[in-house]
This record gives sequence, structure tokens and C-alpha cells, in this order.
Amino acid sequence: MSQFFTDAVQFLPILISGLGVTIAVTLAALVISVVLGLVWALMGISKNPVLRGISRVVINTVRGIPIIVQLFYVYFVLPELGVQLDAFVAGAIGLGIAYSVYQAENFRAGFSSVDPMLIEAAQALGMSERKIMLRVIMPLAVRVTLPPFGNTSVMLLKDSSIASTITVAELTRAGQLLAVSTFQNMSVYTLIALLYLAMSLPLTYLVGRLERRFARK
Amino acid sequence: MISLKNVSKSFGDTQVLKDISFEIQRGEVVCLIGPSGSGKSTILRCINGLERHDGGEISVDGAPVTDKSLPAIRGKVAMVFQRFNLFPHRTAQENVAEGPIHVAGRPVAEAMAEAKTLLERVGLADKCEAYPAKLSGGQQQRVGIARALAMKPQAILFDEPTSALDPERVGEVLKVMRALADEGMTMVIVTHEIGFAREVADRVLFMDGGRIVESGPAREVLTAPKVERTRVFLDRVLNPL
Repeated sequence: MSQFFTDAVQFLPILISGLGVTIAVTLAALVISVVLGLVWALMGISKNPVLRGISRVVINTVRGIPIIVQLFYVYFVLPELGVQLDAFVAGAIGLGIAYSVYQAENFRAGFSSVDPMLIEAAQALGMSERKIMLRVIMPLAVRVTLPPFGNTSVMLLKDSSIASTITVAELTRAGQLLAVSTFQNMSVYTLIALLYLAMSLPLTYLVGRLERRFARK
Repeated sequence: MISLKNVSKSFGDTQVLKDISFEIQRGEVVCLIGPSGSGKSTILRCINGLERHDGGEISVDGAPVTDKSLPAIRGKVAMVFQRFNLFPHRTAQENVAEGPIHVAGRPVAEAMAEAKTLLERVGLADKCEAYPAKLSGGQQQRVGIARALAMKPQAILFDEPTSALDPERVGEVLKVMRALADEGMTMVIVTHEIGFAREVADRVLFMDGGRIVESGPAREVLTAPKVERTRVFLDRVLNPL
């Protein structure tokens, strides 16, 4: 146990710099996944059958490929096609695309939870499509979308560790390098696990609170 | 003010409106009655473009109902729904002010003050801050009427406004509607409240199977119907046993 604490004092500064990269790559991927997810979801509920078809094909394709393969594709294959990305950017884009399809499902569930009769009420008031989206559909969909959105975000945080495989120096990668050079596997991986928990537990708690606040209104 | 000429409408293979023609004058109160599925609600929904009619012509204030004219028409013709359809994430007052602020572009403070006045008018002065979930059906429907009035419409369409209410709550909504009728509002009302129609309506249209079977002054049609189908319907509604 005392070994663990000496190790902790020694390793934590290195691991915490990795933690910073984990947070950065997670946030960047989250933004990409939300934007793309909204695009897929809006295409999926569009009246245009071509857009709906594209959305479905994209979602099924991306969901059908392991995230690690998608990251390899972005990092190793794109350069052959002339698109050179550094590891961090490739990681954020790869994770963002992979997660966009899960976000799309969350958004779609939110949109379809909105009572069509409320949309009719807004139409009867003469509201424009854009206003109906912003004033009626979005605020109501958020309540339904938020809990699964929070869970997806926590999953993304954990899956950001996959970016270690394309040399992004995030928490897991930093820990791996420490472990192979110090042989203190127990201390290193316990610290890594605790650091992930230190992020995911508060996040889960926060989502739960938001969820309850929306439910009350 | 509202005119329908040879209007028809189908859902798939089922023709729900067959050659419907009638006119509604400014200030007139017209009740549409008839069995479920006879096309009454569909007529209302076609007038403000929630459904698109297939044939014939509907016009409001001389302007035909088309995709292009819809925004203008919805500004003139408001709608009150059977299930109220209030926005659950906004208070009563916000529900009423929603159209004036976000469709008509009126200043927020002014629209909110006016919403308060309208809620007072329907007897809900103390419910401004209440969310719809905290209101009874009758109260929600009165908010729905206030929301329709907030757009300063020239006519209001009522789609079975009391059908989803507790029997005890029907009166408070009908009272508000009668007051509107007395003030000269143009109203088209789909209803099963025969008593209300007889008291308040100028004219009644009886529908069955997508057609207007009989129409005329409310008292005449409802007390001495000329057509057998109307007579049978009224008899069943008024004497269910």
C-alpha cells in the first residue's frame, strides 16, 4: 500500500497531463458527434426519402464497423489519399464520426417523442418550420434526449482510450508508457482506473440531476 | 368570410369529404354536427391547411387556401383543439403570448400583458404562472381559447372543444364560447353539444359519410329536421335510452 502512494506521487503528474489530453479529445469528439448526429437525425426525420435513405445507410455502416478500425482508417488510410492528420485530430474526428450515429439515435428518439398535435398547434398559430423546431420540438425533445445523451457521453469518455492505439498521448497511452518503463502495473492501472472514475461518476451524477430537474417541470 | 366550393378529400382509398360547399358570413356562428368519421373535423383542418384538400376550392376572405397563402390565412383563422394541445413546457401566459411574440413579432412585455388580460377574460387571472399539467381540462381549454384570441383572428375554428372534458367542466368552456359568439366572433364549431348548438349557433350543418346532409337555421334543423338521417341521429343523441 505504501508502495502505491509513493508511486502515486511520482506518476500522477504524468497521468494528469494524459488526463488533460483525454478531456480535450473527448470534448472535441463530442462536439463533432453532436453536430454530425443532428445532421443524421434531421435527415432521418426529413420528408425527403433520399435524405432518409442516406441517413439510414450512414448510421448502419458506421455502427457496423469497430471504432478501432475507424480510427485506423482515419489515421493510416487517409494519408495514402493525401489527407495527413496529426494523431489528436484523427482521434477526435474518428471518435466523433463513430459516436455521431449513437447521438443520432438519441436525437431521433427525442424528436419522435414530441406529440404531433403540439406541432399542429404551432402550425395553426402560423409558426414557421424553423420556429417550430426551435420553440416546440427542440425544448421538448431535449428532456427525452438528455439521459441517453449523458450515457453516450460517458461511453465516449471511456472509449477515448481507444485513441491510445493511434499514439494520442491521452490517459491510457500515458499510463501504458509508464507501466512498461517502471513495471509498476498494479499502481499505474489502478491510478488510471481511478482517474476515469473521477470523471465518469460526477458526469453520471450530473446527468441524473438534470434529468430530474426536467422531469419536474 | 370562409367559403368552400365542391371540396373533396381522400385519405388513401377512403373519400372523407365529398363535394362540400358552404359559406360562412362574418359574425356567423355555425355548428357542424354528425356522427364520428363523417368528415366534420377534416373540414376544419382543411380550412386552415392542417390537411390539404384534393379538389374544389376553399377561400378565406376571398383568398384561396394554398401553400403560399397559408401564413396569411393562419393569421386570420385561429384554431381550438379537442385535446387543447397547449405547449407543456410553457406557462399558461407564455402559451397565450407565444403566437403574438414569435409569429406576429410583437414586443414581449406588451404581448405578455395582453396575454394576462386574455386569461382574465376567460376567468383564469390567477393561473398565469401555471403549467398546463397543473390545470384541469376545462382550464386548459380556456387557455387554448385565449391562445387563439391572442392572434386577433377574424374567425375561430373549434374542433370538438368539449369532447375531452369532464362533464362537470363542459359548462365553463361553453360559457366562454357563448360570450365570444355574443361579441360577434365568427365561429365554426364541430360539436356534439346539441343544446349549445341550438342556443348559440346561427346555422347548423349536419354531416354524414363525407356529405352535408342537411343545413339550415339551428333551431329549425335541431328541432324539426327535414331529413330522416338527421332525425335519427338527433333522436339517438338526445334520447340515448
